[in-house]
Amino acid sequence: MTAVAAPLTTPRQGRRQGRLRRLFSRSTVNIILVVIGLLWLLPSFGLLVTSFRPAQDFFSAGWWQAIAHPFTLTLDNYRHILQTGGIGDAILTTALITVPATLLVVLIASLAAYGLVFLRWRGRDWVLVLIVALMVVPLQMALIPVASLYRSVGLFNSIPGVVLFHVAFGLPFAIFLMRNFYTGIPKDLLEAARIDGANEWMMFRRIVLPLGKPALASLAIFEFLWVWNDLLVSLVFLSGSSHVPITVAILGQLRQFGSNIDLISTASFVSMIIPLGVFFAFQRYFVRGVLAGAVK
Amino acid sequence: MARIEFQHVDKRYSGAEGLAVNDLNLDVKDGEFLVLVGPSGCGKTTALRCLAGLEDISSGDILIGDRVVNDLPPKDRDIAMVFQSYALYPHMSLFENMAFSIRMRKAPKAEVESKVREAAQILGLEKLLDRKPGELSGGQRQRVALGRAIVRDPAAFLMDEPLSNLDAKLRVQTRAEIARLHQRLGTTIVYVTHDQVEAMTMGDRICVMRDGLLQQVGTPQELYEHPVNLFVAGFIGSPAMNFLTGRVAHDGAAAALALDGLQITLSGRAAAAARTCGDGQTLTIGMRPEHLDVATAHTSNAVRVPVLVDVVEFLGNDALLHATVGGTEVVALVPVARGVAVGDRVELAIADDLVHTFDPQTDHTLGNTAAA
Ligand SMILES: Nc1ncnc2c1ncn2[C@@H]1O[C@H](COP(=O)(O)OP(=O)(O)O)[C@@H](O)[C@H]1O
Ligand SMILES: [Mg+2]
Repeated sequence: MTAVAAPLTTPRQGRRQGRLRRLFSRSTVNIILVVIGLLWLLPSFGLLVTSFRPAQDFFSAGWWQAIAHPFTLTLDNYRHILQTGGIGDAILTTALITVPATLLVVLIASLAAYGLVFLRWRGRDWVLVLIVALMVVPLQMALIPVASLYRSVGLFNSIPGVVLFHVAFGLPFAIFLMRNFYTGIPKDLLEAARIDGANEWMMFRRIVLPLGKPALASLAIFEFLWVWNDLLVSLVFLSGSSHVPITVAILGQLRQFGSNIDLISTASFVSMIIPLGVFFAFQRYFVRGVLAGAVK
Repeated sequence: MARIEFQHVDKRYSGAEGLAVNDLNLDVKDGEFLVLVGPSGCGKTTALRCLAGLEDISSGDILIGDRVVNDLPPKDRDIAMVFQSYALYPHMSLFENMAFSIRMRKAPKAEVESKVREAAQILGLEKLLDRKPGELSGGQRQRVALGRAIVRDPAAFLMDEPLSNLDAKLRVQTRAEIARLHQRLGTTIVYVTHDQVEAMTMGDRICVMRDGLLQQVGTPQELYEHPVNLFVAGFIGSPAMNFLTGRVAHDGAAAALALDGLQITLSGRAAAAARTCGDGQTLTIGMRPEHLDVATAHTSNAVRVPVLVDVVEFLGNDALLHATVGGTEVVALVPVARGVAVGDRVELAIADDLVHTFDPQTDHTLGNTAAA
């Protein structure tokens, strides 16, 4: 035995090991993410392929087999749903519900949260508690009473009725989300603006709203997807209407014909691709570090 | 430009038991650079925020330019504030940051342009006007915060520790810059800091606060030479004043201060102050480190304190001696040429008219002892 024990690894080896470990752990994470992503994408891709296949093929082979014979694919299904009109009308109905509902939720929540964070008034904390409490009220509980209310005020089977319902149930969470974001905005900024001569509206418009963009974008996407994909509320409030949203229309196809999978897959794909477009449109607002340089 | 006045101003935060600002009376002259100084939590920021209108006052009156502003919102008080955090609008360019206030006042476009350019030129920010605050260094952000205030051309500037986020070197530079700015613009400035060096170097007058209470207002020299109490004496000056507390012992015409196991003979004004005390009454004497020196054969009219030197800090021309006398630490700034070393027993001397005397019961200064 020598007096000085040799270190097990030289510093250089140690550093390389560290790097290897980092590389390994990073690639492991990446692989897992890719696998999860693929698993998620697979059904959507299947839906896409199916939407281009002739109906009769559906029963003879799975969509993965169709990839091998790309020439059997056709645009017929899309032509069909556009011509029959029902689906086009349903998409329009969905849009007429989703767009106003999203805009209203974003608008009201951003203003209400301003009041909850930046204005001082009596009972403010209790209102916040009430809003948080409302978040846990299940939507299903309100369907029947609201339906009878709508019947008596003439909102049943109307698009505004559905919009109103979505707005009402979207707001608690939306206000809560915006409030939490606003609390991260330094108070100094608003005080500086106040001294600079801004009134409440100006402080909202020129300071809080621009800084709240990332949260507003997240909220808009969340709300848009939620309302776009809703089936239950429309089923309850619009089942007797001549105009139904896409989710209800697809369900109707299922029931009527049992298995016209060609139309269903095509309609589903259309119904899926629109919110995706909205998502990418808002994505550029997810800028991180919007507050950089404000304080200190 | 305007004078500012606090008249019996109290501020109690809702839920707090004590007063954050307690019966503040303060008169800031037109064009004056007034510094509010005091330890953290003494109510400086609160006083400034009350002046700005960001907090309501509990009682009293605040006047800006002979107008009571108690109920005026901040925007109508004609003041500009520089925040400790700068509070720059992060999503706006520097130009927009500086233009914001006059835009809110609906200034015509040409005026906005010219005022912002002028302020940017004063502060050397012309080339950065298109940048956002996030793309600037700390010092540059600080200038933008100043620039935003200048553009307003207000009756008064309020500044809350504007230099506290800068490193030491930049702080010294910016200190001079703000002083220069004040000379150039001649606008009243109320400046808050916890740093007495900043206060002494920048202020025309200084207002020392403690626990919400005003202690003393005066020029830097007045505070240095005639502190009204122990707190101000210890707070103003660096290194801080030394205090020795003992019992007064009268011996005929002479007076002495008895510490444990040691008598310090008092003379001059210190002796006069001691004479107002009864025999055996406690007395605190205060000596500034820079007024202490090693006693020599020629030293006369001085109070002498024998000490044991612990630590010697070499500062170049001078050395800072950390010494003890009867368990109390005494710091003295003496020329290096005195050749004092650690472990030495030396006698420190101070001209007797520079000795401050305090009543340790009330903390108040006794008599008018220190006239430099
Ligand atoms: N918003 C507030 N609510 C309650 N108490 C406060 C508030 N702001 C400050 N205080 C209290 O008031 C006192 C003075 O605070 P402040 O003016 O910030 O001191 P300084 O600026 O001198 O450090 C402190 O005791 C502080 O805790
Ligand atoms: Mg403060």
